[in-house]
Amino acid sequence: MSGKYLAATDQNFKAEVLDSDKVVLVDFWATWCGPCMMLGPVIEELAGEYEGRAVIAKLNVDENPASAAQYGIRSIPSLLIFKNGQVVDQMLGAMPKNMIVQKLDAQIG
Amino acid sequence: MASNVHDLIIMGTGPGGYTAAIYTGRANITPLVIEGFQPGGQLMITTEIENFPGFPEGIRGPELMARMREQAAKFGAQFVGGSVTDVDLSKRPFLLTLEDGRELLTHTLIVATGANAKWLGLESEDRYRGKGVSACATCDGFFFRDNKVFVVGGGDTAMEEAIFLTKFASEVVLVHRREEFRASKIMSLRTKKNPKISMMLNEVVDEILGDGQKVTGIRLKNVVTGEFSEHTCDGVFLAIGHSPNAGLFKDQLELDEQGYIKTKKHSTETNVQGVFACGDVQDTGYRQAVTAVGTGCMAAVDAERFLESIRG
Repeated sequence: MSGKYLAATDQNFKAEVLDSDKVVLVDFWATWCGPCMMLGPVIEELAGEYEGRAVIAKLNVDENPASAAQYGIRSIPSLLIFKNGQVVDQMLGAMPKNMIVQKLDAQIG
Repeated sequence: MASNVHDLIIMGTGPGGYTAAIYTGRANITPLVIEGFQPGGQLMITTEIENFPGFPEGIRGPELMARMREQAAKFGAQFVGGSVTDVDLSKRPFLLTLEDGRELLTHTLIVATGANAKWLGLESEDRYRGKGVSACATCDGFFFRDNKVFVVGGGDTAMEEAIFLTKFASEVVLVHRREEFRASKIMSLRTKKNPKISMMLNEVVDEILGDGQKVTGIRLKNVVTGEFSEHTCDGVFLAIGHSPNAGLFKDQLELDEQGYIKTKKHSTETNVQGVFACGDVQDTGYRQAVTAVGTGCMAAVDAERFLESIRG
């Protein structure tokens, strides 16, 4: 089941990620990053599976350098989990889906 | 029960795994291919491949792997996402457990799990991973625009990474523990000629320095004089070779001292009949995409012959 993820940007980051009342997973990615391209379909599946329970977002670092710099991203893919505007967990590299699910579920409670 | 037993499972989707899938698929064996942790393998994180025969203009790694996958699918290979977490090769059929707990049975197994980048093993390296320490220039070079970075290593990968990083970084320093490079002449020459790249030879990394948030420098030790030196930098890229992904088979297949799966000479047979290994996980000498393709084909032929022999 593939769903609609949120396309996070420098402009909507505060409103859609930081001010969200749900747990938000943000995938920092770019088109030229092989592991990001492998992770992409997993993120889209998660967007479907977590619909209504969490926000699943992708942020293109090429187009949104300010957000990437703000969170000190120096390696992608990087997955950050936000809760009440704070980073509560993060993962580096193309992670297996079940590990992302575990970390997300731990934050959703 | 018998209908649940696969004829062939292939673990891994680098050039070796895909080639084995193409050949066995074409021989009507219908392989089940388990994609593994990094579908497409190491070539997914490379840029241009210049030495794969048939592509005089070069081809991008991810594109080559997408084409191999398409070719395997065309001949009937089936794909399963995820990784194998457990194997039991002590009874037949062989039993494989996937990360979601699913169990698969198979008469033959081709291990094409490849190799992964080695790390130095420093605590500081682990602390700053993703905060300036990286083993993938193509993934992370972008974040080091106008920065100074160090590349550690002396093989072709190190040269490629150093050259790639000059697209972003203002200064690239190549650190190598020896006087001579293991890299090919063409790559060494290109690196030496690049005005943005300087070299520090006979130096090993003693520590990666940081401010708690990110990398700020590197401490090197000269292996000839024993002297330490500290240098400021924003990133450290490691290209110090690869180690085989064979940990899962430690007590079940014969491995060499470095952890590579042992195969019989001029064959892909392991010490367990019906289990074959191809590509980087068994290649101590060459480790090229082309040699993985070669041994992938060998594994397919070996597995096919074995299946014929047990069917009588």
